[in-house]
Amino acid sequence: MGVEIQVHVNGKSFQNEVDPRLLLVHYLREVLGLTGTHIGCETSLCGACTVLIDGHPVKSCTMLAVQADGAEITTVEGLSSLPEAGGGLHPIQEGFWEKHGLQCGFCTPGMMLAAVGLLRENPSPTHAQIRRALDGNLCRCTGYQHIVEAVEYAARKLRAHKR
Amino acid sequence: MATAAKATKYVGKPIKRKEDPRLVQGIAHYVDDLKLVGMLHMGIVRSPYAHARIRSIDTTKARSAPGVVSIVTAEDVDGAIGPVPCGAMIPDMKPAPRPVLATGEARFVGEGVAAVVASDPYALQDAMELVEVDYEPLPVVVDPEKALRKDSPRVHDVHADNAAYRWELEGGDIKKAFKQADRVIKVHLTNQRLIPVAMEGRAVLAQYDRGDNRITLWSASQIPHILRTQIAAMLNFPEYGVYVIVPEVGGGFGSKLNVYSEEALACYLAMKIEKPVKWTEGRRENFLATIHGRDQIADMEFAVKRDGTVLGLRAHFIADLGAYFQLLTPLIPTLTGLMCVGPYKIPNVRAEITGVFTNKMSTDAYRGAGRPEATYFLERGMQAVATELKIDPAELRRKNFPKAKEFPYATATGLIYDSANYQGTLDLALKKSEYKKLRREQAAARKSKTGRLMGIGLGSYVEICALGPSSAMPSGGWESATVRIEPTGRVRVLTGSSPHGQGEETSFSQIAADLLGVTMDDVIIVHGDTSAVPYGIGTFGSRSLAVGGTAMYRAIEKLRDKLLKIAGLVLSEDPANLVLRNKQIVSKRDPKKSMSFADAVGAAYTAKALPPGVEPGLEATHFYEPTNFTFSFGTHIAVVDVDPETGDVKLRKYIAADDCGNVINPLLVEGQLQGGIVQSVGQAYFEEAVYDDQGQLLSGELADYAIPRASDLPWIETYNTVTPTPVNPLGAKGVGEAGTIGATPTLVNAVLDALAPLGVRNIDMPLKRERVWKAIREATAGPSGRPRRAK
Repeated sequence: MGVEIQVHVNGKSFQNEVDPRLLLVHYLREVLGLTGTHIGCETSLCGACTVLIDGHPVKSCTMLAVQADGAEITTVEGLSSLPEAGGGLHPIQEGFWEKHGLQCGFCTPGMMLAAVGLLRENPSPTHAQIRRALDGNLCRCTGYQHIVEAVEYAARKLRAHKR
Repeated sequence: MATAAKATKYVGKPIKRKEDPRLVQGIAHYVDDLKLVGMLHMGIVRSPYAHARIRSIDTTKARSAPGVVSIVTAEDVDGAIGPVPCGAMIPDMKPAPRPVLATGEARFVGEGVAAVVASDPYALQDAMELVEVDYEPLPVVVDPEKALRKDSPRVHDVHADNAAYRWELEGGDIKKAFKQADRVIKVHLTNQRLIPVAMEGRAVLAQYDRGDNRITLWSASQIPHILRTQIAAMLNFPEYGVYVIVPEVGGGFGSKLNVYSEEALACYLAMKIEKPVKWTEGRRENFLATIHGRDQIADMEFAVKRDGTVLGLRAHFIADLGAYFQLLTPLIPTLTGLMCVGPYKIPNVRAEITGVFTNKMSTDAYRGAGRPEATYFLERGMQAVATELKIDPAELRRKNFPKAKEFPYATATGLIYDSANYQGTLDLALKKSEYKKLRREQAAARKSKTGRLMGIGLGSYVEICALGPSSAMPSGGWESATVRIEPTGRVRVLTGSSPHGQGEETSFSQIAADLLGVTMDDVIIVHGDTSAVPYGIGTFGSRSLAVGGTAMYRAIEKLRDKLLKIAGLVLSEDPANLVLRNKQIVSKRDPKKSMSFADAVGAAYTAKALPPGVEPGLEATHFYEPTNFTFSFGTHIAVVDVDPETGDVKLRKYIAADDCGNVINPLLVEGQLQGGIVQSVGQAYFEEAVYDDQGQLLSGELADYAIPRASDLPWIETYNTVTPTPVNPLGAKGVGEAGTIGATPTLVNAVLDALAPLGVRNIDMPLKRERVWKAIREATAGPSGRPRRAK
């Protein structure tokens, strides 16, 4: 039957009894109501469902909710409450807006979280490194170029913030 | 240039999108994000056979599964739900209506056989596996050329053969053209079947309110009103009781320009059960049962003079339509016929299309819809002409373009191209790519005997945009807008367009704000809600800004005239002398004569002192009927290096020079081009819907169907010239499909240019390593079977 899990999502603690087969993405969307995380393929190929788990980008359709027990999760809804956001939009959100990094917006949350994961590991990525890091996230609208520029924008902003 | 473009506060500027804050925060709502009290989930049991008789369906086990609420099959909905509508009519076309659930036979893998409703999606999956269908497999036909043979299995028993229709078009004197030709150059080409792959699949939520006898249908659609009308017709339900709401839509590319069985089934089941019913398409279903695109084969003959002048074109296209007609299935190939002469003066033409039934999902409008096929075939043909006659492909194009002063230009296919300067975009592309330098580099590479295969590809196109005059459109080709200036001075625009990523909330706001002299924040653009907005046609065919934007423009003109009349009375000034700017109405003659926009708006509502004949309130509606299509155009150049050992194609450089008329927002135009070009990279190099001979879709998942990833691409450079259209007051043409039309042949021509010294003349798309490698091997293998050196 149900399994008790405790997770920290976007800075808040949640305790729920979940079906062992419940996917993490369904837990986030259906149980917690965080519908900003989208489902584009349910086979871990498109990356729309990417969230940060303990700081690392993970496709939340690949993982069961029970596997996230004890984890620290950041979804798109939590981006603006990260310290580097300074109370407003996170630099990656700003970057996507400034550089026209989105059209339909469906891949955007996952794309942004993958980018945040990259920028934590590599604050000054090259174009090639950005493209490589986003290879697990598919976008059908933009052709990616503006997304690359959006990530660069965020990188610049985050580096300035650290100084 | 048009007034809208002259008022420069917003129009023409790269303004950030109004849509984005909600989207980047994850607080926008797509259909699957909606949840209603008591909501149930629908799933579709689909045929695993491409052609099979359905002997029986046993739902006993499934019905007793936990959480199952209802199961219906064709028998249950027979007479209650009409077939999927087809809006296209071609003379002597054999009808192929698709029942909402397979009736008697299933005719493609993925055709719905039963609809199951359960309390939660997991219980639903379990229950669907318990539906037992007894199939008797029938002979299958997958290849459209084989389907035309006399001995082919028939997709529809009621029809004598699989030829759904024959369509033809002739202009000029084709016989004479071929008699006068020095050479006839033939090409046989395929334009493979593609899967649109919007990142959001289809999604539907239906609710029935018995008290009001009302159906509310939330759907990820590009055509809310057409959907409303068709749902009402399919369910024989009063249209005034159907409310379609299109919330955020995660991309369409034509795949949501349709009416699907699931939309009707969800409504029917919501009525039957009296609970809201949601259906969210899985990716596998999206590959199997959402429309596909392209899938045409062309045989073309070019009648040419020795100097490269194209005198005539004879073309026969075979179009694979799939098993059934969706909304526009038979219509799409005719756009290939209409556009087959592209941007060239080809005065004599004969085009024939044979539409064919096969045991596959329907083809229909996928970004470009018929025009990418036409452009691909033509541009590959022009490449062949250039190669055969040893003429530089840029010069061949220049020679055959009509000159700027020849516009409006009447084509042999019966269209009137509005305005253009094809030489202008060609020159721009040549200049920006440093074409001569590239050719020198290529010549050096070819001489160097390092084996480096460098290719330079060109593609010129003309795109039929702003679909279109109603006379040429099955549904009517106008668009509507209602503009309401509210008593507080805020402006509400209700548009019949239904954007799903294009950014019309921004571009329409720019136009509206400039016309009324208010800020963009004073304007809200409402779309996709059939109970709020006037009847509209929708978003497809590069039409929203040029047609929908013009409807808004005309409605605003009506309100502007009214406001100026009201202000004229207050200010004792001739309204002709008054202008709207910075939220003021000011006299051009006497700047002291002014009043605030808000006061003039207030005066319209308080209605104490209105000029004679002026009605109170500030609302205007306009249904704009375009007098012609518009025709965007451009030339693209791609540079590739092909690895002779592996067949790997490295796209090094991509230059696009386009002209879509006046640009309202260069940021959005660039976004459309970039995205379209990359979809073309997908078609040219990676994507293909592969069915095996039993009709199983082998590339039925994102793992097997490779859409471009970020690292597959070079930096794409886009440039533009501006040739406004005289067709609409905005001077804007349309850009939504330009990338997918212009880029595909460019990308393939580049590879063929690289392989030309080896004698390779054709490789069918997608140009995967394996195919390129094979072509190189076959071309270079001497009689001994060993590779020989390049010529």
